Amino acid sequence: MRAFWQPHRIVLVALALGLAVWAALTMRWGWIPRYAPLALEGMWRTIWLLGLSVGIGFALAVPLGLAQAAGPWWLAAPARAFCTVIRGTPLLLQIWLVYYGLGSLFPQYPWIRQSELWPILRQAWPYALVALSLSFAGYEGEVMRGAFKSVPAGQLTAARAFGFSRVATFRRVWLPQGLARALPTLGGETILQLKATPLVATITVIEIYAVASRVRQDTFIIYEPLLLLALAYLALAGVIALGFRWLERRMVRGLH
Amino acid sequence: MKKLVLTASALALLAGTAMADPVRVGIAAEPYPPFASPDAAGNWVGWEVEIIEAVCAAAELECEITPTAWDGIIPALVSGRIDAIMASMSITEDRLQTIDFSDPYYNTPTVIVGQRDIQMDATPEGLAGRVIGVQVSTIHQTYAQTYFEAASELRTYQTQDEANQDLAAGRIDATQADSLALDEFLATEAGACCEVKGVVAMDESILGLGVGVGVRKGDDALREAFNRGIAAILADGTYDRISAGYFATSIYGQ
Amino acid sequence: MLDWLFAGWPGLQASAALLALEPPGWGGNLLRGAANSLIIALGAFGLGLVIGTAGALGKLGGGPVTRDLLAVYTTIVRAVPELILILLLYYAGTDLLNQVLRLMGQRPVEISGLAAGIGVLGVVQGAYATEVLRGAIQAVPRGQIEAARAFGMGPLQVFRRVTLPAMLPLALPGLSNLWLIATKDTALLAIVGFSELTLETRQAAGSTRAYFTFFLAAGAIYLVMTLVSGRVFGWIEARYRRGQARA
Repeated sequence: MRAFWQPHRIVLVALALGLAVWAALTMRWGWIPRYAPLALEGMWRTIWLLGLSVGIGFALAVPLGLAQAAGPWWLAAPARAFCTVIRGTPLLLQIWLVYYGLGSLFPQYPWIRQSELWPILRQAWPYALVALSLSFAGYEGEVMRGAFKSVPAGQLTAARAFGFSRVATFRRVWLPQGLARALPTLGGETILQLKATPLVATITVIEIYAVASRVRQDTFIIYEPLLLLALAYLALAGVIALGFRWLERRMVRGLH
Repeated sequence: MKKLVLTASALALLAGTAMADPVRVGIAAEPYPPFASPDAAGNWVGWEVEIIEAVCAAAELECEITPTAWDGIIPALVSGRIDAIMASMSITEDRLQTIDFSDPYYNTPTVIVGQRDIQMDATPEGLAGRVIGVQVSTIHQTYAQTYFEAASELRTYQTQDEANQDLAAGRIDATQADSLALDEFLATEAGACCEVKGVVAMDESILGLGVGVGVRKGDDALREAFNRGIAAILADGTYDRISAGYFATSIYGQ
Repeated sequence: MLDWLFAGWPGLQASAALLALEPPGWGGNLLRGAANSLIIALGAFGLGLVIGTAGALGKLGGGPVTRDLLAVYTTIVRAVPELILILLLYYAGTDLLNQVLRLMGQRPVEISGLAAGIGVLGVVQGAYATEVLRGAIQAVPRGQIEAARAFGMGPLQVFRRVTLPAMLPLALPGLSNLWLIATKDTALLAIVGFSELTLETRQAAGSTRAYFTFFLAAGAIYLVMTLVSGRVFGWIEARYRRGQARA
């Protein structure tokens, strides 16, 4: 820690604090108490959308990566096509395609409104979750493909020599080692997913960016909500980075 | 050769940033028929587009129509990216704190349009428990947040078009918007799902006193020029001629 | 010609009509938007490379203050969503510029949407490019640079003749990724109303209500752009790796 606090750093941090104090005193912050509950709700929605989409996306990415690394051509080709399409088109387009594209089909099939799923299909968050999860799966499928391929073949052969079944080899050798190699990239990708979440505000999901937009529109204050929003995302990204660093330290023990 | 390319590209970028004299009139980049919508060739057409051209001609201004994202159109005006807003923007007290307006050039009632098979009327009680869609940064959003949010669920969309789309899809039960824009929607195939449920109770402080041209605070010269143009086209019949091509009755509403 | 296909799939003919290149088809609009997207992406990528080179050299050879400020720059850009950066830079950037000009007594300058879009995305690309280029420059064997200095080459010559050619193949995968990010990030400019492919698609879809058709068509156009870009970068990488040991 002492190495961090060199003279020039102290000056820079003091300048930054001075800037923050000046901003806190001169800019308009009166809107914060009124919108605090909405902001907390939005923050929570961002967090659970991020967490769920990363979880579901990763669960899909493992089979996608495995299919490309070791599967027969009739599994590898569709997996590769899926990853290519997802990685080749903008997420915003994918989100709009899922929400408005599917929505434009609803009037043609009136029986959908009477079905059990209708209360869920009416809302926006399922579409946001689907689009974000598929996007994460597409990118991580590619990452896991590289990770699975990079596990030395000797490890897998040794496992077979010990009599492990294919499932056991995967569960106890291939997956953990692939995961450990992919972990640094996955940390960066999770932060990228965090940065992708504001896009769902365009399909009426009220997450933290949508709350900031609402503050801007209600009060016509342009910069202050955006600055606070940027700070919120910095904080979230910092938490994610720290979390992954802790995970890396735990998982990579013993790996060269 | 490299130096030539470098200077050429620097000049090209500067040309894009050159000091310009035409008045950049901002319209919403999202379609808002029948007032302004893009056609297949990429040109903007509609009642408001024609009025802009007529007013500018009458006021002897060289106007450049500049599509701007609706929810950033006031910041764009304030920061100098555009010089005026003619995007069906209502004159409200909230907005008057940030920008100035010209005299109004049209005024139409605000209505609720909802699904045919649902019973509702344009009051907070009539809409209780329903899902209402509105466009962001509009007087309709403010009105709905003030009157309807307590008892109904509110969904905000980037464009009125998307709200209409979700209405047709059945995701929302009703939408609140300008009656003429919604009439246009009801006349389409998708609009067959729905009907006008009623006119909302008037609240001048929110719904405003009509639609006017937005200009920067203190830009009185431009404001007076637009006022002159609007008065001129009202007097010499250009306004009525243009309106006759779109609407059955006059929408001046004053 | 494709009547048999249209007969089996009725909606396809209507879709083909909507996508036609001449009005009343919207295909021409979409392609114009795609051209705009490419121009912005090229400009942003180029600007990002310039900023990235300066940033990488600053991080590697600059003083402690320079390095810290660059670290703040790259951290903020890599942690804050592009959407918010675009909004902040789009409005705040031009505002600040005009205020500075006003203080200097000049008339405020109107920055065209194109220049602002390129500037904003370029700043975002610059942060990522700094990291990519820094990693690539660091991976150049020190012996080569020391040998160049021993031969009496000045720092600029060392950079031009030794560092740059050596680091390019190492940087290319990262840079090709950056290019793909640039092309996809142009879609975000739709939210500030800039007329590129995604906005044109949304306008076309809104005017005709054929959402599926237009979004799929736009997706296909983006896909073509990324696949072609992948090929081009692969070819460039193969050329630069000529003579290098196979990885």
